[in-house]
Amino acid sequence: MDLKTKFTPQSWPEHPEQSTVEGKNKVLGFWIFLGGETVLFATLFATFLALKNKGPSGMEFSTQSLFELPLAFIMTMLLLTSSLTSVYAMYHMKNYNFKAMQAWLAITVILGLGFLGFEIYEFTHYVHLGFTFTQSAFGSSFYTLVGTHGLHVVIGLGWIILLMLRNAKRGLNLYNAPKFFIASLYWHFIDVVWVFIFTVVYLMGVIK
Amino acid sequence: MSSTAKKKGFGATIWNYLTTVDHKKIAILYLIAGTLFFVIGGIEAMLIRIQLAKPNNDFVSAGLFNEIITMHGTTMIFLAAMPLLFAFMNAVVPLQIGARDVAFPFLNSLGFWLFFWGGVFLNLSWLLGGAPDAGWTSYASLSLASPGHGIDFYAIGLQISGAGTLISGINFIVTIINMRAPGMTFMRMPLMTWTTFVSSALILFAFPPLTVGLFFMIFDRMFGSNFFDHTMGGNTIIWEHLFWIFGHPEVYILVLPAFGIFSEIIPTFARKRLFGYSSMVFATILIGFLGFMVWAHHMFTVGLGATANAIFAVATMAIAVPTGMKVFNWLCTIWGGSIKVTTPMLYALGFIPSFVAGGVTGVMQAAAPLDYQLHDSYFIVAHFHYVIVGGIVLALLAATHFYWPIMFNRMLNETLGKITFVFFFIGFHCTFFVQHFLGLMGMPRRVFTYLPNQGLDTYNLISTVGAFLMAIGVILLVINVIITTIKNKPCGRDPWGDGRTLEWAIEQPVPFYNFRQTPLVRGLDTYWIEKMEGNKEGMSYAEPVTDIHMPNNSFIPFVMVIGLFISGFGALYNQDTDKPWSLAVLIIGLVITFGSMAVRSLKDDLGYHISKEELMNEKGGNK
Amino acid sequence: MMKGLKKWRLFAMLTALIVFLSGCGKNYLSTLSPAGEVAKEQHNLMLLATAIMTLVILVVVIIYVLALVKFRRKRVGEDVIPKQVEGSTKLEILWTAIPIILLLILAVPTVALTYKLADTKAMDAKVADGQNKPVTVNVTAKLYWWQFEYKNEGIVTSQELVVPTGEKVYFNLTAGDVKHSFWIPAIGGKMDTNVDNVNKFYLTFDKESKDLEDGVFYGKCAELCGPSHALMDFKVKTLSRADFDNWVKEMKASDKQVATGDLEKQGEEIFKTSCVSCHATSGVGKGTGLAPNLATFGDRNRVAGVLDHNKENIKKWINDPQAVKPGNTMPQPEKINNGKKFTDQELDALAAYLMGLSVEK
Repeated sequence: MDLKTKFTPQSWPEHPEQSTVEGKNKVLGFWIFLGGETVLFATLFATFLALKNKGPSGMEFSTQSLFELPLAFIMTMLLLTSSLTSVYAMYHMKNYNFKAMQAWLAITVILGLGFLGFEIYEFTHYVHLGFTFTQSAFGSSFYTLVGTHGLHVVIGLGWIILLMLRNAKRGLNLYNAPKFFIASLYWHFIDVVWVFIFTVVYLMGVIK
Repeated sequence: MSSTAKKKGFGATIWNYLTTVDHKKIAILYLIAGTLFFVIGGIEAMLIRIQLAKPNNDFVSAGLFNEIITMHGTTMIFLAAMPLLFAFMNAVVPLQIGARDVAFPFLNSLGFWLFFWGGVFLNLSWLLGGAPDAGWTSYASLSLASPGHGIDFYAIGLQISGAGTLISGINFIVTIINMRAPGMTFMRMPLMTWTTFVSSALILFAFPPLTVGLFFMIFDRMFGSNFFDHTMGGNTIIWEHLFWIFGHPEVYILVLPAFGIFSEIIPTFARKRLFGYSSMVFATILIGFLGFMVWAHHMFTVGLGATANAIFAVATMAIAVPTGMKVFNWLCTIWGGSIKVTTPMLYALGFIPSFVAGGVTGVMQAAAPLDYQLHDSYFIVAHFHYVIVGGIVLALLAATHFYWPIMFNRMLNETLGKITFVFFFIGFHCTFFVQHFLGLMGMPRRVFTYLPNQGLDTYNLISTVGAFLMAIGVILLVINVIITTIKNKPCGRDPWGDGRTLEWAIEQPVPFYNFRQTPLVRGLDTYWIEKMEGNKEGMSYAEPVTDIHMPNNSFIPFVMVIGLFISGFGALYNQDTDKPWSLAVLIIGLVITFGSMAVRSLKDDLGYHISKEELMNEKGGNK
Repeated sequence: MMKGLKKWRLFAMLTALIVFLSGCGKNYLSTLSPAGEVAKEQHNLMLLATAIMTLVILVVVIIYVLALVKFRRKRVGEDVIPKQVEGSTKLEILWTAIPIILLLILAVPTVALTYKLADTKAMDAKVADGQNKPVTVNVTAKLYWWQFEYKNEGIVTSQELVVPTGEKVYFNLTAGDVKHSFWIPAIGGKMDTNVDNVNKFYLTFDKESKDLEDGVFYGKCAELCGPSHALMDFKVKTLSRADFDNWVKEMKASDKQVATGDLEKQGEEIFKTSCVSCHATSGVGKGTGLAPNLATFGDRNRVAGVLDHNKENIKKWINDPQAVKPGNTMPQPEKINNGKKFTDQELDALAAYLMGLSVEK
């Protein structure tokens, strides 16, 4: 692949992420990887549902007593918005507008960091109450499910930041366009998983 | 950049293999490593059979016996059967579909090293305080109660090698979807490619549950969580579900490529097109799909209730239908053909009745109430060895003979090959046929000894004798390989004379870029079509000779895996208060891994080109 | 190669012959000599399945052998190119439909029997006055021994299950430490003893065990549970209803057992200082789950589940439990006897005392 080719918005291909063999493979491979990730999360969800509210006899913690919907709602909104901003970033990537793409990615990262902040607050709050990873099977399964998602957020943020820094001077080319594209795919996936967590863990948890 | 430039000296060869991203060389790595673990697992099997040769034997102690059976099962499934299949998939599938390499050569290398070092990690448990001893299924209550670090080695070792398998699976899926030569439509793909495709899809969906289960076990044992501790609200049955949601598809992950191998061998030596190609493809997909619906038939006696048992019983029986379709299609392929009994064909012919026998005992166990008697007895041991040895190992041995010319441009000795078959095949039936009866006569599996005069003595002795015959067979195969290597006589293209698919059409030795020109595929069994039309070159081409883009070799996968390997020890010893260095080891390992990932991400690695002129010179691009 | 095949056939026939000659295993252990309704039904299902499966194997083998005989290259000719047949829809339908029918023949009785064997409603049902409640045994599996509690009768025993013949006996199964599995091959299929829950099932015992070679049926642990998994046997004594009632009566009186004779009395003293904190000698009550109840020790068939029942083996077992059953939880003698091994004389006394514990003599 030739990195020296200079593109203009006119000569930039319509699907830059798929205009090379490597790009095509990357995008397909990543979709397939997300298939495996889906099964991984499905397994974690199933375990959470099986162990929800289960603990040593006389345990005081339950989904009803712990979770607060307003907090979860704010987190949901942050992440949903960040998914939208990453769509804007990809829109500009397809139009060969590197600066706008970087800007929207930066906003995405800020929103993601906000989400992460709330999650860390939430976890420390629970730990403060005595609801820890080792306190009960409920605790183990809750922290593993939500924490695995949180870890995905951390990895996603690190990935996007690294891409932005690495390519700041290089600008867009057909070598890194697929990389930006799959990073944003990953970010959408994280968002979708969170929608399920919000529904299954928080909404279904608060309802009696 | 090409390291083939300096192909001199032993050190250079080693370096070449450590850094290679060429699917053909990775295939050889898989073959060597898989064979190594196969021999280790085989020695463990022999120890088991020696211990059980007579009642009240004390050849090995009770605790050691449990370690041996656990490592035998784990090694054979994860570290022998899967990598050996990967060896042949890597060697053959890209050539079969007319590709220059797999979709992600870098990941291919990473996948191999993950598997290899995961396997080494697991086996190091023998030297570092004892191997895992809770069976290859590692059921939660027992594995949590198991003292020492054995189970920790099991969980972390499988986690590392499982990641490698998952990566390889994704790689094959993308390769088969994206890298096919022009004209190679899905319904023209050879069965080996189809089964690789479906079994990779099974890997994709089956391995994550295992990953999650192993993480739960690691957390429970090393970090104080309570997934499986029932006094803290946990539930051990969750492990059983997760394990078998992985474990049952795993059986099909293994057996489908075996079907693929036989579906190549049988038409070749019957000199006849595979009968019912489209129904074979359909059956493969259906088996893969149904494979996910039946895991609870491993848990009939757990107490899931009558309704669950009945549903899973019927679903399990349904799998017999597509499998039966396959058997009859193979039979119809040889019917009306011109059968030449070479060594690979001999294995294929031995496979059909053996596998049918293993399949029907599977249906017997699908009948839940009957399984209450058969479950966890020697009957099940006999059943799954009939399927795994009679299906998969016979396929691996067949493929070794069949594909040796493609991988090494040499032919294994045919006479010795047939003698190997006779020993192995007789030994196999001798070992496992009588075990059906041992189970029916009340012998549970995984027992380190049994009482005398309870009707079990004779059959156990027969079984042990059979195991020795199998061992002789394997030794003969090794001798065969050594003789062939010493003789060092190239065999050239299509040495069997009846090759049908693209991998036989390619020149020997296979150039490192595979095809000088991408071939044009004009139908099922491409090479056969070209041969029948008298095309001496064996291929039509889809393009003129042009520059070929090649990926660079890389040492990064190896370093990444070494980092994980080191951090594995850190995690493992983290629970011991007398080893404060463990946290540092964990962190150092992860720094190595993530550091090498960062190097990989930050550097532009664009590969290199072989120019048209180099391709056309007499060395064919080799510098 | 043909020679190889012939050899193989000869070998297969020989194997079949050996199988035939050595019969079906021992009648106290083998699933092939069913001695209860459950095992019989399972045995019948096995015969049905075997018949269907043999049919399938026969069809495959016949086609296979014919093809091998007819279409060898030597026969067909070296240069012949066979007709490249694509497939046959008719045949495909045929070998899809026939297996489905065969499987249905197997599936219907399978489903019916699955539901039948899971029916344990009667164990909790109310019974009319004067009628016996069905015998219900609470089984607790421990590293490497079994506790059997008869909740309706208020008695407990271990290692040797005693049940009446000719009626359904219900079981509540659970494990006290790690997972085990409860299996009496000659009587019926197994059921796991989980640590998380109680599993229920029933068995029927048709034959009185006194006619058997060892006087008992053999029970097994069928789930790997540690080093001594292979040694986790239990025994089943089946009695007529009248004998069973008598046994229950004796068990209820077993708290009044006293040692007779000097040696036995000395043994009882040692037992009271060293053993009694774990082992009970009265069969009345619910059972502690700490260690096997020894009320019927003298009536048993094996020491520690696997050794022949004699005083030498009792001494061997007490003197070094880990050597007999690695990984078991019985303390070594040093732990319970002030850091010393028992002397031979003390062991003799203990053995004599234990052999005297009996409800049947």
